[in-house]
Amino acid sequence: MAETGNEIVSMKGIYKSFPGVLALENVDFTLRSGEIHALVGENGAGKSTLIKVLTGVERPDKGLVSLDGKDVSIRSPQHAQEMGISTVYQEVNLCLNLTVAENILIGREPRKWGSIDWKTMNTRAGQILQGLEINIDVTQTLGSCSIAVQQMAAIARAFEISSAKILILDEPTSSLTIHETEQLFGVMRKLKNEGMAIIFITHFLDQVYEVADRITVLRNGKLVGTYNTSMLPRLELITKMIGRTLTEFNEMTHLKLESSQHIKGDKLLQAKGLGRSGSIEPFDLELHAGEVVGLAGLLGSGRTEIAQLLFGIDKPDTGSINMDGKPVRDFSPIGSIERGVALCPEDRKVAGIVADLTVRENIILAMQASLGWFKHLSMQKQYEIADKYIKLLNISTPSADQQVKNLSGGNQQKVILARWLATNPRLLILDEPTRGIDVGTKAEIQKLVLSLAEEGMSCMFISSELEEVLRTSHRIVVLRDHEKVTEYTGDVGERKIMKSIAGSD
Amino acid sequence: MKPSKTSFDWRKVTESRLFFPFVALALILLFDLIFIPGFFHLEIKQGHLYGNLIDVLRNSAPTIMLAMGMTLVIATGGIDLSVGAVMAIAASTACIMLNPNLVGLKLADVTREADPAYSASPLFLVFLVPLIISAICGLWNGLLVAYGKIQPMVATLILMIAGRGIAQLVTNAIKIIIYNGTFLQLGNGWLFLLPAALYIAAIVFAIAWVATRKTSLGMFIESVGINSRSSFFSGINEKKIKLIAYVFCGVCAGIAGLVAVSSIRTSDANQVGLYFELDAILAVIIGGTLLSGGRFSLLASAIGALVIQATTTSSLAIGVPASALIAVKAVVVIVVILLYSQQVRDFLRKITSRTKQKEVKS
Repeated sequence: MAETGNEIVSMKGIYKSFPGVLALENVDFTLRSGEIHALVGENGAGKSTLIKVLTGVERPDKGLVSLDGKDVSIRSPQHAQEMGISTVYQEVNLCLNLTVAENILIGREPRKWGSIDWKTMNTRAGQILQGLEINIDVTQTLGSCSIAVQQMAAIARAFEISSAKILILDEPTSSLTIHETEQLFGVMRKLKNEGMAIIFITHFLDQVYEVADRITVLRNGKLVGTYNTSMLPRLELITKMIGRTLTEFNEMTHLKLESSQHIKGDKLLQAKGLGRSGSIEPFDLELHAGEVVGLAGLLGSGRTEIAQLLFGIDKPDTGSINMDGKPVRDFSPIGSIERGVALCPEDRKVAGIVADLTVRENIILAMQASLGWFKHLSMQKQYEIADKYIKLLNISTPSADQQVKNLSGGNQQKVILARWLATNPRLLILDEPTRGIDVGTKAEIQKLVLSLAEEGMSCMFISSELEEVLRTSHRIVVLRDHEKVTEYTGDVGERKIMKSIAGSD
Repeated sequence: MKPSKTSFDWRKVTESRLFFPFVALALILLFDLIFIPGFFHLEIKQGHLYGNLIDVLRNSAPTIMLAMGMTLVIATGGIDLSVGAVMAIAASTACIMLNPNLVGLKLADVTREADPAYSASPLFLVFLVPLIISAICGLWNGLLVAYGKIQPMVATLILMIAGRGIAQLVTNAIKIIIYNGTFLQLGNGWLFLLPAALYIAAIVFAIAWVATRKTSLGMFIESVGINSRSSFFSGINEKKIKLIAYVFCGVCAGIAGLVAVSSIRTSDANQVGLYFELDAILAVIIGGTLLSGGRFSLLASAIGALVIQATTTSSLAIGVPASALIAVKAVVVIVVILLYSQQVRDFLRKITSRTKQKEVKS
């Protein structure tokens, strides 16, 4: 913290709501020049909304934003850039088929006699990159460079546009290797020393502790607090990110205790040395009927990857799965459905609902897929199934013929759940089944999972909310950095699991 | 004043998938009623119904057939530009099988060739082989799109261009005149007052409808078109679904090709099915299926095909030169596209709800 200076950005009492959700509630945020400020929080905490308010993509419902002590209203991303705020988004949105120099200077090419002055352009781009301590040939196409260099080019471009005072990096390291990350951090530190204010958004806590001077934690759209990195132990940070609510705790404990007596001894599914390079290190796992197994770990730790391997979305490179003692050969969703495995996927919009189809069609989709298209369920049967699950799961919809896109997030989630329950699975994998839905529905789904287990189903419960995993799972598998770290059975303290997640003892 | 209940029903009608295609057809027919005397005149000659309306029906038959296959392909989120070329391939194949002598330049006795009963190959093969070849064309498209992950427009463009060349090769670039009486029935025959081609179109429609609506294929196609990732997660083999759609589209094009070549009585690889792919795509668009895929209606697409043919016939009837027809079609396209845009729909909705409010007030 060389010359931690004046407050360059100050946001006070920011409110922002979207239909059905309060994305930001009375959030304060300050940024000083010459600091790297980490913005952390679980998904849906409001990080990206806060950034969007600062970059002019969204306008706040209430609240004040001031730059350099002057109140401003940021009208558009363009406007934000003019005021010295540049953003590098998670997905590098550059043109891979153009050269590095073209990418950096696109739209502001130096001109000579009305046409582009290539020589000046290439030297200038080279100079800018050298300023970031990168020496590459700027005339090669961007696509042929490593992701790190692409990321740097994006930063160089952001730099060029506005000679920025404020740089926002949204998950810049998610696709970088360790070495590339180091390179990026070098650049960040250099910029910081030159007086730049940097907002750094990441899910990797190691990286937060490596470069950030201060940390702001958001949870459920509310500010938890802003802390100096050196004053905030890692464990405390995770506690603050995850938060806790103790409602219905007793009832759930009771349910869990009762259902734990129904766990069967023999293995329903056994994974041995199962792995896929680039997504999850080889792991062993056993699942039993009547048991809820929770996967705990931060986002990107390999939770979803395990779910997708078990369901056959991805094919494993190594290892094997045995189901009912027989080795699994057909790694495909349809094969899994026939074996009695179901996956309620993580991203409801992308991989879950089929928006324009009706509630009825969405519910019977997987069941019909497993029957094949010749064994067409009669209309009457379709309505019977749909109505049964609408009642069972308490889906609030005007009718089974409503298009599913018109339902609220929680009800859409229930429709997906219904789709999988209709296939009569023996193993139900739930990947973030409660993300982005209200507290009441959350509790309903948690209870449902336990009662399904009591009826003999084997469930795998994946969630970013540790407390939720603890509450619903009989056994917890902890993941860190694409690796299964350990397993806990029975009553385990939250602290112990957090320590495993954080990797500190 | 009307009771407000009917205005509610009115709104339900306007939201229906069939509403706009029907309106378009009605508008064109209304135009004909006013400006073209005798357009609706029908008469029976030698047991056949004659008249402009019958012409519209008969001439739209190949487009209806194409539109059935095209609807399914577009519903999966794809497009098939090659149907016109596939028509030409099927037509050339059929003609060469009927009468290979002309191509081989073996000047066999001409009288025998001109005999309406003569066919060099068994007649059922003359119908079957072109359809099998068309199916293979569809398979090729489907493999490129579904398994090769090539953009549908690019993948089918290949066969669109190469197809006509293949059709030329088949007949050695010679136009073959068709004499076979049975084959000519396809495009020129009559059955119970109506043209035979219309029955064939109806059969293709019925097969497509039963295959998609009486099985789950239709729902799977829509599901893949709306969200192929969700469909994959739900256990639907989205590649196979796409493949089926393209193969079916190929077969439809084959049937349309046989009917088309039969009605013009000469195989001409450069003319059969020329620009038909555009008509087929347009018919599907008028039918309200989005080019991005998803919900589809076969009936609406069929009406779309009728709209196109009615436009053509009416234009010719009022004296638009054949060379300017495409311009008239372009106008129809613009109107249709405007009607389907969300902005215009919102505007219409505003108007209907305003009249409703007025009614309530008064």
